[in-house]
Amino acid sequence: MLDTDFFRRWMTAAAASVDREADHLTDLDSAIGDADHGSNLQRGFAAVKAVLEKDAPATPGALLALAGRQLISTVGGASGPLYGTLLRRTGKALGDEAEVTQEQFAQAFAAGVAAVGQLGGAQAGDKTMLDALLPAAEALALSFDGAADAARAGAEATVPMRARKGRASYLGERSIGHQDPGATSAALLVDALAETADGEGA
Amino acid sequence: MSGERQVGIVLVSHSGPVAESVAELARGLAAGGVTAPVAPAGGLPNGGLGTSAELIGRAAASVDRGAGVAVLVDLGSAVLTVKSMLAEGDELPENTRLVDAPFVEGAVAAVVTASAGGDLAAVEAAASEAYGYRKT
Repeated sequence: MLDTDFFRRWMTAAAASVDREADHLTDLDSAIGDADHGSNLQRGFAAVKAVLEKDAPATPGALLALAGRQLISTVGGASGPLYGTLLRRTGKALGDEAEVTQEQFAQAFAAGVAAVGQLGGAQAGDKTMLDALLPAAEALALSFDGAADAARAGAEATVPMRARKGRASYLGERSIGHQDPGATSAALLVDALAETADGEGA
Repeated sequence: MSGERQVGIVLVSHSGPVAESVAELARGLAAGGVTAPVAPAGGLPNGGLGTSAELIGRAAASVDRGAGVAVLVDLGSAVLTVKSMLAEGDELPENTRLVDAPFVEGAVAAVVTASAGGDLAAVEAAASEAYGYRKT
């Protein structure tokens, strides 16, 4: 079973990972975006960590909803509302259970990913975070490590894609050959999840 | 159309100066008399480029007169931030609407219509119709 503390540790691990990889994310974003993805996510996840240290949501659902709201209000770029929606919808789908099964979480996460697609109007293959999130959501019901591998492979698969959403889409053909920063950070988020699960021998 | 309670207009841009200038332009072109309440919400609170949910929330509250609030946005995170705030339900005044319109022309049309006492639907329609204004 996954309790509230599991999700708190996931967010802390995600914040550490984003911190570690911020320069890399910004470098990827300089190639096809506006060079702020790393610093934006750093600011957002630092704020998530801070609010979770101050408040103590009682359930996994409440914790993820709070984290999502915090991302929307602090990131400042498109990744804020997108990741914010991912966490908030996942949290809402979990309801107010004190603990959830991995299967419940996998279903809720899939609902969160679907909400991201709806908000941004993107689909698989558009060279966005969905290219990492969709395969991760599919693999999550079976294994956390499998989800992390699927997300990483999904992010790497964005290299030859042509961007169809966001600022990168203005580059047309020139967006080909670069790994998508959003898919890369999405893979980090899922990797932090697997790390958290491994930490407790799940 | 009664001009008692005017629709509020919020202009969301990645840039503070752009949002402020477009607000000033729209007020200026609405001309004469009392214009509808318009509030810019541009950039980040520290002055950088980006979209701030905090500034948007504050701007919307400041123009809400009970007749609804029309929000016009430039692109990317401005669109997504307003959409996700609307989905949340309690972050924007009741009867707040994201209007699909070109930023500058739509802002002028919205402010003129709201100043004339148009309701939220009329303001939205006028702003969206600005897409149809061809220049060549």
